[in-house]
Amino acid sequence: MKHLLSIDDLGRDGIEEMLSLAENFVEVTRRDIPKVPALRGKTVVSLFYEDSTRTRLSFETAAKRLSADTMSFTVASSSVKKGESLRDTVQTIEAMGVDAMVVRHSSAGAPHRVASWTDASVVNAGDGRHEHPTQALLDLLTLRTHRGPALDGLHVGIVGDVRHSRVAHSDVKAFHALGADITLVGPPTLMPESLEGWPARVVYDLDDVIGNLDVVYLLRIQLERQSEALFPSLREYTARYALTAARAKRLRPDALVMAPGPINRGVEIAAEVADGPASVITEQVANGVAVRMAVLWSLLGSGGSIV
Amino acid sequence: MPAQFDAARTSRDDPASDRVGTGGALVLRTRVLDADDVRRALIRIAHEVVERNHGPDDVVLVGLYTRGPAIARRLAGAIEQFEGVAVPVGALDVAFYRDDIGLRRIQPLGPTQIPVDITGKVVVLVDDVLYTGRTARSALDALTELGRPRAVQFAVLVDRGHRELPIRADFVGKNLPTAESEDVRVQLSEIDGGVDGIELWGPDTGMPGSDARSGGSGGSGR
Repeated sequence: MKHLLSIDDLGRDGIEEMLSLAENFVEVTRRDIPKVPALRGKTVVSLFYEDSTRTRLSFETAAKRLSADTMSFTVASSSVKKGESLRDTVQTIEAMGVDAMVVRHSSAGAPHRVASWTDASVVNAGDGRHEHPTQALLDLLTLRTHRGPALDGLHVGIVGDVRHSRVAHSDVKAFHALGADITLVGPPTLMPESLEGWPARVVYDLDDVIGNLDVVYLLRIQLERQSEALFPSLREYTARYALTAARAKRLRPDALVMAPGPINRGVEIAAEVADGPASVITEQVANGVAVRMAVLWSLLGSGGSIV
Repeated sequence: MPAQFDAARTSRDDPASDRVGTGGALVLRTRVLDADDVRRALIRIAHEVVERNHGPDDVVLVGLYTRGPAIARRLAGAIEQFEGVAVPVGALDVAFYRDDIGLRRIQPLGPTQIPVDITGKVVVLVDDVLYTGRTARSALDALTELGRPRAVQFAVLVDRGHRELPIRADFVGKNLPTAESEDVRVQLSEIDGGVDGIELWGPDTGMPGSDARSGGSGGSGR
């Protein structure tokens, strides 16, 4: 495998191999010295055309724990402000000698274009509404630590702004690949225009399914989209679709609560639920580093063992 | 009996093995140790480990994947029988410490699990075959990041020679002079199924067994 641009690059076998590999890195991240020399001499650059803290820090932490050198590029402090094109930026950075580029961009497909311009390996760290494959992998790793390797028949509810969510897109593909049943929950304005290509069913009322879910996955309400009037008000969204303390009481006793972060406390999830016993949100963040170590190792160190 | 040795799980295909075979079909040369020989060798090594360290108290056995952890568990079982002490057993994966990353396919072979703090202990690394010594070197680096043992010793079931680094084993089941074109195949029931055994395979020369000991001018064990 040269690049990781989409969950489709992996398929079921590739996903399972990557998760098994990530479990080795979970052990590494728990050591007193959480660092291995696996990628000494390699350089990983993060190329972020969109704001992000957790994903960029997670990738950079992963690279450092593999002993790779890291460089960071954010639009706010770069030559993009001077009008440099994406292609010129990529070629400039490549000329410095990098082995991998971690790309986030607001346009779907941008990482694919970057991959066509460079010999370096490219990892998609989120492109527009399209995909966020490492988020899906870390979600699966978190599920696996609680539910074992097979997700067959597990009922996952993905709640919120599915239409604009690259996380939902990658998660639906990945959860489906491992055998989970997926229900999308939210108001019609936040559901995909068409369910073609989405192996999932849609429900418009969270209260109809809340008691049947093994996993409640709460997408972030993108507050910046409020001006688009996709739902009447935050208060109404919260009333119908948030995981409030009252709704959380109706969850099955072994149900898990997940969210990609950053979370809006009091909007899509009540603070006490986010911090409650069913929540695995901080585990997701910790697993993110291990998953990204596995991805970088697969691309740069393993000699192409996966896929 | 040779049919039990499935080529798909020989050391040549084992991602942890130090060298890739020379290509071409190999044929069985010698069955070096049978199940009883393996059992006796491990019991002897278990005694030697305890004798060298004046008892089992500070000893931690750490197996290197793939077969090392199984051998370490057997050694611990033997020590428990004659000393009545359960020696801690760990497993170590050295993939991320190898010196041939980028030169060939490498994947971790299992989770590193060391049940105790190794600082101040005597760690006995355990592996099935000692060949170039590069796996052992990687293991020393990996151990260093987990703690500072008082001493590190090395136990192997077979030493086949051809060292490329200044590494030697403290405890050896069988010194087996080999040619580089040959392949030492270890079978342990709990990893490989079947019965325990060690076989020497080599290129088909048309004269079975005729050159099984030639070409091994490099080291022959200790």
